[in-house]
Amino acid sequence: MRAPTRSARRVVVLAAVASLGAGLLAGCADDGKDEDNTSSGSGGGKTKITLGLFGSFGFEEAGLYKEYEKLHPDIDIDQTVIERNENYYPPLVNHLTTNSGLQDIQGIEVGNIAEVVNNYSDKFLDLSKYGKESDYLPWKWQQGTAKSGSTIGLGTDVGPMAICYRKDLFEAAGLPTDREEVGKLWTGDWAKLVEAGKDYKAKAPKGTTFMDSPGGLFNAIIGSENERFYDSSGKVIYKTNPAVKKAFDLTAEAAEDGLVGNQTQFQPAWETTISNSKFAAMACPPWMLGYIESKSKPESAGKWDVAAPPKAANWGGSFLAVPKSGKNAKEAAKLAAWLTAPEQQAKLFSKRGSFPTAQAAYDLPLVKDAKNKMTGDAPIGQIYAPLAAELPVQVVGPKDQIIQQGLTDNGVILVTQGKSPKEAWENAVKTIDNNLEK
Amino acid sequence: MATRHDTAAAPPAKEGGAAPAGPPVESPETIRKRARLSRRWQRDVRWSPYAFVSPFFLLFLAFGMFPLVYTAWASLHTVELTAPTDMEWAGLRNYTRIFDDEFYWNAAKNTFTIGIISTVPQLMMALGIAHLLNYKLRASTFYRVVMLAPYATSIVAASLVFVLLFGRDYGMINWFLGMFGVDNIDWQNDKWYAQFAVSSIVIWRWTGYNALIYLAAMQAIPQDLYESAALDGASRWKQFLHVTLPSLRPTILFTVVVSTIGASQLFAEPLMFDANKGASGGPQHQFQTLGLYMYEQGWVNQHLGRASAIAWTMFLILIVVGIINYVISRRLRASS
Repeated sequence: MRAPTRSARRVVVLAAVASLGAGLLAGCADDGKDEDNTSSGSGGGKTKITLGLFGSFGFEEAGLYKEYEKLHPDIDIDQTVIERNENYYPPLVNHLTTNSGLQDIQGIEVGNIAEVVNNYSDKFLDLSKYGKESDYLPWKWQQGTAKSGSTIGLGTDVGPMAICYRKDLFEAAGLPTDREEVGKLWTGDWAKLVEAGKDYKAKAPKGTTFMDSPGGLFNAIIGSENERFYDSSGKVIYKTNPAVKKAFDLTAEAAEDGLVGNQTQFQPAWETTISNSKFAAMACPPWMLGYIESKSKPESAGKWDVAAPPKAANWGGSFLAVPKSGKNAKEAAKLAAWLTAPEQQAKLFSKRGSFPTAQAAYDLPLVKDAKNKMTGDAPIGQIYAPLAAELPVQVVGPKDQIIQQGLTDNGVILVTQGKSPKEAWENAVKTIDNNLEK
Repeated sequence: MATRHDTAAAPPAKEGGAAPAGPPVESPETIRKRARLSRRWQRDVRWSPYAFVSPFFLLFLAFGMFPLVYTAWASLHTVELTAPTDMEWAGLRNYTRIFDDEFYWNAAKNTFTIGIISTVPQLMMALGIAHLLNYKLRASTFYRVVMLAPYATSIVAASLVFVLLFGRDYGMINWFLGMFGVDNIDWQNDKWYAQFAVSSIVIWRWTGYNALIYLAAMQAIPQDLYESAALDGASRWKQFLHVTLPSLRPTILFTVVVSTIGASQLFAEPLMFDANKGASGGPQHQFQTLGLYMYEQGWVNQHLGRASAIAWTMFLILIVVGIINYVISRRLRASS
């Protein structure tokens, strides 16, 4: 009786190996097929739409998913969020090139939109049939549109930048505190802002600096330029563009004079400087107010205010795009269009401070009458709306992020660490050129 | 071939044992059947082992060999991560430019120095700790588990905690040093301080692991060696030097090899140490290791060809390290 037992055992083992192998292979396979994609499928007959996002878009926090699910009972929304775009974007590129692992809706940062539009427009659905072009700021709509005319990204928000400042610290340093007067200190010229910083420093409360970080200041100055790192023909010009050098030198000057803190934005230590009230002013789009609030101690509420920047400048703003390969691409496109429609953008602004990219939203009460606790109920909707209208139409290049990070994190930051502006510039250029070279 | 039951030379005896019963009468069908079974068994015996080991090799082919070959192929091309199928032949250019790529050599130097200042103290501390744990202790299992706890911790979580500890303005370490009048140290931006800080994460994580390996080896040393050494009047320190260390030699060599390989692939700790930029290893690349540089080229800058070339040079360096270790270990074995 040995032989049959043996072969029976062998069958069992082989079956086990085979099923294990199949399991492994299935695990590796494109997961596009393991779920029923019709609405009559599993999950209580619901269509599941997934979003892949970075940072805090805040759709969920603002209750928009719940609202949409209520409007469309057959839809189920699920999101995965990666905190930093640096960690979000490379895998997204990977998924796009391999056409797998994509969510139904993908968020795209403005710094990457050019690269995505240039390289991958054929992988995305044309959303121009879903969103209404006239609702949006024209230049924002253009940024998400490929040469072929296909609009692959609908703008979620723009970043009209203002200068947020601490009224208590300004007062202690003998500067005006009224937002009109503060804005007048530096109207029209970033150099005047740095001058105001020198006035601040002369009588500043001990241990504080005028602005938070060299990176933040540089970002603000360069954000008011139309052409920054690329010219409109797509050539890299950051080294020769006088606007870039001017912004760099002005920031380096401020850093040499100790007007900016020795910090890199969004690092834990920088966040601590917010909660410890270590600086008096910073460049801030509306979303930054929410950020300040989340990092501040409760007693800081009401001590901030918002003044006009020297020049209108843009910081941030993202897009939603719908990959064609998605199971529910059409449903996803409807959701993306709904999330970026003026009414929803207004809600998002009132809850999360993301400033609408849909100009049609600016007249809605949720924007017009918006107030903000950190700024002592300043009418932020009315402050930011005119700034948004003046935003420069920026040339966005594919490697903008790499260049900007090089100039700040491998550049101006060094001046706060005792290097000369010249050394800092050279270090930045060396790093950027090495990073750009193929 | 103990598993062979199908040898035709010894047909199974019938009931009645080995008593001669004349040649067995078998119908041609039975003979054919038996022959068929016999063939099946032969095939089974010959090929089954390959089937059993094949999952590993198939997976290795898919996830080990293919990437290796693909990387080698990609390293000879100019190719971007944004369009990996779009390859342009570049010959050895990706390799030759490494010679005057100061970032590469900076990363190589950093890898080396961080490797030294993390591996050497780590292994020495591990030896000491293992020696202490080797004494009769109360709750020794508890100490052993504690030793292994850092190894079981997520490296990312641990690194983030270290970043906070090493913070310049609000870090606990600077606060502590401040009590002795030391000025705030800029742990991230000063080259040597940064490398020391990164090394401390490595040391924290791996010391206990190595200590347990040493401890296991120490417990295999016969107790009578210590007893006779004690009878000869050798102190504990002398016992350690003259009994423990020589017996541990192969184990120490093993940990040195493993730690060296680990150090040359150092990646997560320096990546997490700069919470914002990560892959550039600080504003002046002061703690950028080769692993980080490869990641930066491939995944941040999306230059797949360059990254592949760097990966292959790292592979070659590891082979050289392996050969050196092999030579040394042979010498040591010969001398003992």
